[in-house]
Amino acid sequence: MSRDNILHRVRTALGRSAGQAVADPPPVRIRIPDVDMEKRISTIFAAIEALAGKTHRAATPADAGGFVAAAIEGKSAVASNAPFLAECGIASLPGVRSGIADREELRGLCAAADVGITSADYALADTGSLVIISSPHEARLVSLLPPAHIAVVPRDRILTGLDELFSILPNPAAVASSMVLITGPSRTADIEQILVRGVHGPGQITVVVVG
Amino acid sequence: MSVEFDRKIHNTLADANLQLAIYTATGRLKDKRIETVAPDALPDYQELRTQANAVKKHTIENLDYYLEEFQRSLEAHGGKVVYAKDGTEVADFVLALAKDRGARLIVKSKSMTTEEVDLNERLEDQGLEAVETDLGEFIVQLARERPYHIVAPALHLTRYDVADLFTKRLNLPRETVIEKQTAIARSVLRQKFLAADIGISGANFLVAGSGAVVLVENEGNIRLTTSAPKIHIAIAGIEKMIPRAQDLAVFLKLLGRSGTGQLLTVYTSFLSGPRRSGETDGPDEFYVVLLDNGRTRLLPDRGKRQSLYCIRCGACLNACPVYRKIGGHSFPWVYSGPIGAIITPQFMGVSHEPGLPFASSLCGACSEVCPVKIDIPKVLLELRSDVTKAEARDQRNRLERLAFRAFAWLMTHPRLYEMAGRMAASVAPPDGSGWIRGVPAPMNIGPLRAWLSQRDLPPAPARSFREMWRRR
Repeated sequence: MSRDNILHRVRTALGRSAGQAVADPPPVRIRIPDVDMEKRISTIFAAIEALAGKTHRAATPADAGGFVAAAIEGKSAVASNAPFLAECGIASLPGVRSGIADREELRGLCAAADVGITSADYALADTGSLVIISSPHEARLVSLLPPAHIAVVPRDRILTGLDELFSILPNPAAVASSMVLITGPSRTADIEQILVRGVHGPGQITVVVVG
Repeated sequence: MSVEFDRKIHNTLADANLQLAIYTATGRLKDKRIETVAPDALPDYQELRTQANAVKKHTIENLDYYLEEFQRSLEAHGGKVVYAKDGTEVADFVLALAKDRGARLIVKSKSMTTEEVDLNERLEDQGLEAVETDLGEFIVQLARERPYHIVAPALHLTRYDVADLFTKRLNLPRETVIEKQTAIARSVLRQKFLAADIGISGANFLVAGSGAVVLVENEGNIRLTTSAPKIHIAIAGIEKMIPRAQDLAVFLKLLGRSGTGQLLTVYTSFLSGPRRSGETDGPDEFYVVLLDNGRTRLLPDRGKRQSLYCIRCGACLNACPVYRKIGGHSFPWVYSGPIGAIITPQFMGVSHEPGLPFASSLCGACSEVCPVKIDIPKVLLELRSDVTKAEARDQRNRLERLAFRAFAWLMTHPRLYEMAGRMAASVAPPDGSGWIRGVPAPMNIGPLRAWLSQRDLPPAPARSFREMWRRR
């Protein structure tokens, strides 16, 4: 058995025995700055725009719905099952498919759609990141397969950064099988270091903050 | 130094286009890193490095405990852990699983660990199709080469090389515009993602307390690899472990900045087990292969085990004056640059390429930029000592030992040393150009020629340090 052999080699090399306890690891280093909401919004917008993402601030859910309706006019879109998108009236816009719970159906729709629309569980101000946790409300492929991604996020979900995220969610595995941080549009510089957006994931990202 | 190592170095030095490509690419990455870790951009950078080093040190020193904790945590979420001692065991596992599930097509995201065990070749030998999906890796795979740089695998190829490869291997009309080449790769690989039976990824971190695999990337191919197929296999070295998800608040800040000068890479995936009840998509089966492949050989030595702290950011390659001249393919194994120079001899044994630990000026630029503070020059010195001891046992290099004895004698006789220095300065060309490489016959014979041909010195100063010291 390789498992037992490898663990035995590790223990012998380290001078440890099976089941031996360990000293506490170095204390976790979490530093959360005190940043007010308006400052968080201006910081996250600047960070997203620096990555060539687009931003929009909507006063109400209905305004956000209106903005998204104009942005996807004439295009096909898939919206996640996030309740907030329904509240914004996005799930029922013309051209938008939503409420899909079947994997194969969702995959086919996402592969063909022009735009994927999601909400986000959190957003990180200092890096311009969206945090999306897998759930019946948020599938993985909506923010990944279509060439454009629009995320509509209530403003109270904007955190200062990674430290605050991991203080709220000390163990993301406890809540879902997948958590993804999305920081700007998909990009590559693999040929001659020339930046190209949209290599495998969406080349365009738009973040709408509501409130 | 082996003939092979020597030949590759000379070929790289003689290729002006390649020299420019390496220098420009590493220079750009180096400058971007400097901007993002500058004190005004990241005031606690040094504290983060100290914390990262302490966490890695603790984890490696108690690795068996964290390996077991990782397995317990992952199994609690329905994932499975498989241990592999080498590449054969990794391939055997993947092949058996593929056979049982009737899988033919495998999509792969960039993983140095799978390069290490030549996984693609082993799978293709058995009739499976394994497709690299990172753009650079895809190109390198079409060229049937190894990645040139940890974060920029196709650094050595131009858009024209890519055009040739796409024409030859994909039977497509010639295309030299980089945006269009990228679009071609997107559409070719998109079909593979949607048809693939298995996705194989590496891992940037394994979180023991969560049973999670953490992956960072910019393109989205890792997300596709890990969420489109029904089976996800992550292949990771046992040293990738960190204790807690909260430690990521430290490591993620360092990794993107050190590697490419990004605050965070575009995508950071935190994956723990197969999709759960109610989740619409994601894999049905989730495996983590924990690979030894020589890693346990590094553990007994307290000085050298720090080599396992590496998070594969590539910053040391970009900072290294040697890598920036001799490039990635001169190195004898998959890992290049300063980190390659310390882990290759330890994974493969020092006799694999005895010249490797000596291919360094010990300037220390690598350890200065290392986000986890590995003291690379110190480990290089210890490896040099290992090589020399092995050679002494073999009674090899008598000439070199004689030369060093003579040098030691000279160094302990200051007057003679000074006289020798004055003599050398008087015969050196005034601009210093090639005055070691250009040493005339008959002094450049035999083993001396090999030594001289790769070295150069700055111009000799008008006055020596000792003279200036006397006249101060």
